Amino acid sequence: MTDVEKLPGPPRVVVTGLASDSHTWNLVYLQLLIEELGYEVVNLGPCVPDAVLIEQCRRLAPAMVVMSSVNGHGHTDALRVIRGLRECPGLSTTPVVIGGKLSVSTDRVDALSAELVAAGFDAVFADDGIDSFQSFVALAAGTATSAIEATA
Amino acid sequence: MSARQHSPGGFGAFVRAAADRGDLVVQPRMGFGDPAQMRAGLAATRRAGHATVGTITLDSYTRVGDLAAVSRALADGALLNGYPIASHDLSVTRAMLDGIRGPGFPVQVRHGSATPHHIFDALIRLGLDVTEGGPVSYCLPYGRTPLAESVANWARCVDRFAALRERGVEPHLETFGGCLLGQLCPPSLLVAISVLEALFFCRYGIRSVSVSYAQQTNLAQDLEAVGALRRLCAELLPTTDWHTVIYTYMGLYPATDDGAIRLLGHSARLAVYSGSERLIVKTVAESRRIPTVKENVAALRYAGSFASSDVVPLPFGDDSEVYQEARQIIEAVLGLHAEIGQALLLAFGKGYLDVPYCLHPDNRGRTRGYVAADGRLRWSDTGALPVRRPVRDDGRRVTSAGLLADLSYVRRTYDGPASGTPRPAAVEGDSADDWRFALTSW
Repeated sequence: MTDVEKLPGPPRVVVTGLASDSHTWNLVYLQLLIEELGYEVVNLGPCVPDAVLIEQCRRLAPAMVVMSSVNGHGHTDALRVIRGLRECPGLSTTPVVIGGKLSVSTDRVDALSAELVAAGFDAVFADDGIDSFQSFVALAAGTATSAIEATA
Repeated sequence: MSARQHSPGGFGAFVRAAADRGDLVVQPRMGFGDPAQMRAGLAATRRAGHATVGTITLDSYTRVGDLAAVSRALADGALLNGYPIASHDLSVTRAMLDGIRGPGFPVQVRHGSATPHHIFDALIRLGLDVTEGGPVSYCLPYGRTPLAESVANWARCVDRFAALRERGVEPHLETFGGCLLGQLCPPSLLVAISVLEALFFCRYGIRSVSVSYAQQTNLAQDLEAVGALRRLCAELLPTTDWHTVIYTYMGLYPATDDGAIRLLGHSARLAVYSGSERLIVKTVAESRRIPTVKENVAALRYAGSFASSDVVPLPFGDDSEVYQEARQIIEAVLGLHAEIGQALLLAFGKGYLDVPYCLHPDNRGRTRGYVAADGRLRWSDTGALPVRRPVRDDGRRVTSAGLLADLSYVRRTYDGPASGTPRPAAVEGDSADDWRFALTSW
């Protein structure tokens, strides 16, 4: 919350696709949704190479990073990129979340989510988890102070 | 079922021969990492009818050129979302296709790469003569490769691909420009970019092309659009070896089997009534997961059943709104530079071409489309598109809920009667029973 208060404008969120995923509509939708929750959004678009994603996050120092993937390679791509992000000193504690269809098969969804959290994600949202994602963002934004107090 | 017809003149001639018989050529979207599975999928496609075409969809690591990731996945036994044609040994791919691909059963490679050198290398070495893409449509929706690089890459690759003719085959390229992001792009821009990409292919030596159009939100508007597309092809392409290919809806797909089947049926009708020669289908599983081979075969059989030599396609002579707008855009773009690749780059710079909602850094992003109350796609802002009747920001503010409502319009409409949305008229042949028949008779 204090970080949020220090910034002159609305806090900034990076929305991004992963290296091998070309889907766009999920990213357009997330941008609008997060803007409506009071953030400024920088949308990196689809197929963002790991190096570009990490460099942009270092440069922008966002209040949160939101990754979305629906091509089935998300789990693999995300495990790789989160390690790189967490190694950057300024990004070791930045909230980073991911959602979508993260593997080709629907087996082992829970185990794969646990793996992503263990690797450094703050939250992993299922394909139908947009409501819980919204709650998460609202909480993280500090725009829902009473909700934070209620869950604290 | 009649025997497969052999066409000596390559893919274009194969499709034309089918059309002359009154068949609609149908094709799945299908790709597996494992060669045995890929072969089984192609074999099943071949058995699914006498006018089917096989598809090898490449995996997305191959598409973005990350061949190291393919190697890791193959070594780890991880599932790939398509066939890694640049990584499997040529002998593996040859064996995979042996006895299946032939003059009576063409196989097309589909990918989505703006840096496709490694893919064209593999195609040329394997002698695979049918693929698709385009300098714009495989760049803007697919990532961050600068458009200028994509145009240069595609010019080089098309030129090399065209040289397959020296080996006695007629290489064929299909535009992806009639799809782009799949949703919320009014048809005139889809038609214009599809035609421009076909002109680009011809400029670099291709003589056999297909020009795509993806089903949108309203059948009447789609018929108008494909009519415009066919008229523009007849007027502008420097070859007579062209056909139009329809993609069954590429956006958020109905979740119910009933809705999925009806939408597929309408795309088959769009193909048949517009005189289009080929259709690339979707399956009942589209909203849930990658379809099984069996689901694909059922979709092929069902879609193929709409064709008939009795259907007289609608004439495409009228000056529809789509035709007028598409023609204005194409003429303005071609007027920018004598070299079509340069013309495309200048056009995006000026906003003469500007794809709604596309996040690519080289796309201006000033245009907006929406689904009107009558189900037609319309402009809410034409940005700098060179159309005679521009639409400026009409005060509609795009919200996440509004965007989602537009993106899910087709799903909502086909899945069942929701408030105020007209259910598509039930037509004989569009029923779950027919679908089940197609599934069980396989």
